Amino acid sequence: MPAPDRLPQRQIDVTDLACRRGERLLFSNLGFSLAPGRALLVRGPNGTGKTTLIRTLAGLIAPDAGSIAIAGRSEEERPGTDMHLLAHASGVKGRLTVEENLAFWRAVNGGSGDAGEALDIVGLRGIADLEAGHLSAGQTRRLALARLIVAPRPIWLLDEPTAALDAEGDALVGRLIDSHLAQGGLCIAATHLPLALADTDRIATLTLGGAA
Amino acid sequence: MKGFAAVIRRDLTLAFRGGGDIMTLLLFFVMVGAIVPFAVGPDKALLSRLAPGIVWIAAFLSLLLGLDRLFRNDHEDGSLALFRQAELPLAGLVAAKVIAHWLLAALPLIVASPVLAVLLAMDAPTWLRVVLSLVIGTPGLAALGAMGAAVTVSLPRGGLLAPVLITPLALPLLIFGTGSIDAMAGNSALLLLAAVSLVLVAVAPFMAALALAVSED
Repeated sequence: MPAPDRLPQRQIDVTDLACRRGERLLFSNLGFSLAPGRALLVRGPNGTGKTTLIRTLAGLIAPDAGSIAIAGRSEEERPGTDMHLLAHASGVKGRLTVEENLAFWRAVNGGSGDAGEALDIVGLRGIADLEAGHLSAGQTRRLALARLIVAPRPIWLLDEPTAALDAEGDALVGRLIDSHLAQGGLCIAATHLPLALADTDRIATLTLGGAA
Repeated sequence: MKGFAAVIRRDLTLAFRGGGDIMTLLLFFVMVGAIVPFAVGPDKALLSRLAPGIVWIAAFLSLLLGLDRLFRNDHEDGSLALFRQAELPLAGLVAAKVIAHWLLAALPLIVASPVLAVLLAMDAPTWLRVVLSLVIGTPGLAALGAMGAAVTVSLPRGGLLAPVLITPLALPLLIFGTGSIDAMAGNSALLLLAAVSLVLVAVAPFMAALALAVSED
């Protein structure tokens, strides 16, 4: 695990959020607030807007109504550069090696973490020179997780972080989120599987699709 | 700056590992030039008079053919969404990609232009002016192409749409590009070509970044 340096403090306040995909209203009047060191698990059946919520928070989709306020950003900081998005499409290039993929994202995200150490954590050190196209879905997901480690950022938006991972991978995601929270980071994870988190006091759950 | 260089390096690496992409464009460029003598007949005087136009049309077409790889792959594998949160601004990303695109699509054409010069019965001074006009004009063409590719990136099968969209807008480059090869025209066409090209290179990263910013929605 990386040393527990403190991450920049961020607080997310979401009020009256409504999102629409096409004609369909997925959710409305959604509100929550998340303090540093806290995690929010977004649960709910398929098609209730978990991914849409994550992508809206990431700034990829404009909300239909409501506001997302993120406190703690400095004036000159570009929105988004304090977030990591982990989505289904991992941005991994099949023709680059595992290490090249990671080094690329570290450079683009302005990270300074040690790539070898990050690959060690996710268990890909032994195949760092393999082209990423040969990786299995689970290994690709681990490589995407390594991207989060090499460039520490306070806000993690995780869309099904444990998809395609084995039991050990589930535990890895749990450990990563635990250590991220311990450093004062925020985490919003959309998932329909329970995450293996140690400190359940820090975790709130939001269920989509029940009331709507 | 580290991210900027990383994008260029990644695109070049991917292109070289991806196999025949560069070679295909290059062959296409030479082929277009090579078939013209068969179509219009082996009249040397006529060929050398047509040569500037043919070279520019060939360069134009091969640059446009390569446009699709500019953003589409990144859009499909999710990289483009992640670039939104990168330390490198989107405009910087586009600028880096335009440079990579130019290095991959335009530079090989300029290197291969002697072949076309021979096929089209160009003399040495004309060939030099062709090289000069391509060096000045193709960055503008690549920049314009990036705007078209960014606008069409989220459309399924938008690959052919971008060339169709930007071809009318590229006419000034074509006019001044071929005009600057004509020895009689003097330098004014070359200067205008440089002006158009500079404006496009300066504006394109920001325009394309705007288009990319809404493409995920």
